[in-house]
Amino acid sequence: MNGGVLKGSRTTYALVCLITLVSVFPLYYTIVMASHTNAEMAASTPPILPSLSFFDNMKKALELAPLNQGLVNSLIVSGTITFGTVALCTLAGFAFAKLRFRGANILLAICIATMMVPLQMGVIPLYMLMARLGLAGHLTAVVLPSLCTAFGVFFMRQYISSAVPDELIEAAFMDGASSLRVFWSVVVPAARPAMAVLAMLTFLTAWNDFFWPIIVLSTQNPTVQVSFQSLATGYAPQQSIIMAGTLYGTVPVLLVFALLGRQIVGGIMQGAVKG
Amino acid sequence: MTAVQQSDVIVRPRPARRTRTHLPGRRAAYGYILPFFLVFAAFSVYPWLDTAWVSLHDTRLSTYDQSSWIGLENYRNLLTNHFFWNAFRNTITIGIISTVPQLCMALGIAHLLNYRLRGRTFFRVAILMPYATSLAAATVIFAELFDPNLGLVNWALHTVHLPTVDWQGSKWPSQIAVSTIVTWRWTGYNALIYLAGMQTISTDLYEAAAMDGAGRWAQFRHVTLPGLRPTILFTIVVSTIGAAQLFGEPLLYHNGLPDGGTQGQYQTLGLLMYQQGWTNDRLGLASATAWTMFLIIVAAVGVNLWLSRRRERHERRPGGRRRHGVVTAGVPEVTAR
Repeated sequence: MNGGVLKGSRTTYALVCLITLVSVFPLYYTIVMASHTNAEMAASTPPILPSLSFFDNMKKALELAPLNQGLVNSLIVSGTITFGTVALCTLAGFAFAKLRFRGANILLAICIATMMVPLQMGVIPLYMLMARLGLAGHLTAVVLPSLCTAFGVFFMRQYISSAVPDELIEAAFMDGASSLRVFWSVVVPAARPAMAVLAMLTFLTAWNDFFWPIIVLSTQNPTVQVSFQSLATGYAPQQSIIMAGTLYGTVPVLLVFALLGRQIVGGIMQGAVKG
Repeated sequence: MTAVQQSDVIVRPRPARRTRTHLPGRRAAYGYILPFFLVFAAFSVYPWLDTAWVSLHDTRLSTYDQSSWIGLENYRNLLTNHFFWNAFRNTITIGIISTVPQLCMALGIAHLLNYRLRGRTFFRVAILMPYATSLAAATVIFAELFDPNLGLVNWALHTVHLPTVDWQGSKWPSQIAVSTIVTWRWTGYNALIYLAGMQTISTDLYEAAAMDGAGRWAQFRHVTLPGLRPTILFTIVVSTIGAAQLFGEPLLYHNGLPDGGTQGQYQTLGLLMYQQGWTNDRLGLASATAWTMFLIIVAAVGVNLWLSRRRERHERRPGGRRRHGVVTAGVPEVTAR
């Protein structure tokens, strides 16, 4: 059912193109802003095309903010979180979907209810906890709380419930396989599509996370989002440098998105209707 | 079916799923869900409860462990403090400006994308680009677009001979600018959620409605909207929770300072909490703000659910408006935000 109900008219196309333009234009215009001085931008007809001074401004931005370190740190943090979340959530999702154990329903309900608790609630004790563990300012402090999410558990449970036939699992148990063996050789191969979707969504969320990293990390050891703050706090003499730095830190994830966009769109839409 | 299962059914003629109880893996199951509950207990439940405890103390970062008990003093302080009420009002107004148009537009966009379009994957990916752009990057970009002197927005206003606007200093313009960032980032995402919901509505219903002489608008109102109701409720709840916690956009919109503009004209509760805790070193007060925010979220979500339930009841009542019997196969689940 991908075709939709009615064929789009010319007005439909015009509107959809307009929406696309609004979605993408700020990103394009960032390139323009990144390649012109304040004086050029203030001219009565501001420029609409980028220029080569973009690369110059990028160099200056790199001196101003620890963007490269931020990118490396973000890659480490998001990669670890993604790996941990996919592994742990698939395991827990398997248990909730296919294994019978006492309290399963209550535990699942608790798990779902935790999605309602806002993260900001606990940041102060969480910060103190990390400080006591000697982790404040360390990437570990960003990774640990996101290592396994309720959303992920629920998402994997829903998928495994419907995608892996009970008969297959029972047959494997009959053959004397341990539950871990069943997980590895039956569930994981079947759940791979959902694991890929969860991985992409988790990576994107972790990469873009701002609130907790900015509290627990410092600009000495930032993720890329935290390093944007050193750009925004106003030491940059020209807005073009801020823009060039922002673009530099954003382009990697946008490139990944452009490559995997179709799958991410599918994942979000799938996540929305899998009940 | 295997022979073992069949004999089992004969011995105990009960529902077939019972067979799984005496399969291996029961005890291991606890081990499999343990990591989630450990992470959850250590980094959610404990901080959550401890925040309540801290909120009853006069707590500083340097003397965290020797803080003195002051009962509800922090809450009294908060509720008599005009900074709190200012942030409270701003959170509500920005919340409304940033979610109501956003969800309406998302609904319209989803409707457009539900037509048969050439290049539809391209359009879907394109409208999701803002979602992939991080909050920090988007805010820095929009802060420049809304810059009173250099920004494109004022240039456009000037070009069409409208008065330019102080998008940073004045209250409503700055709140609109902050809301625009939220709207830009999330409209496409919500549109895709709605689109997914729309695709679960059976085409038969549209055909039946068309045969009853319903035009496109009538079809949208009487088939699409009722079919999407659970999805819409879900997006409203998620957006409400997000709006109540708004933090990054107003922080970075004003040079990374948590005062939300020179007069606090767009300071939200999230920002106020950050300012109390990390700028002013009043962790107890900040914790009281956190719990107050939580209660506000619970109340807001409760009101949403209550309103939708009341509406549902009203429409089911004989004499109420007739509902088309749409089977809502797609009950949405909470999606990572």
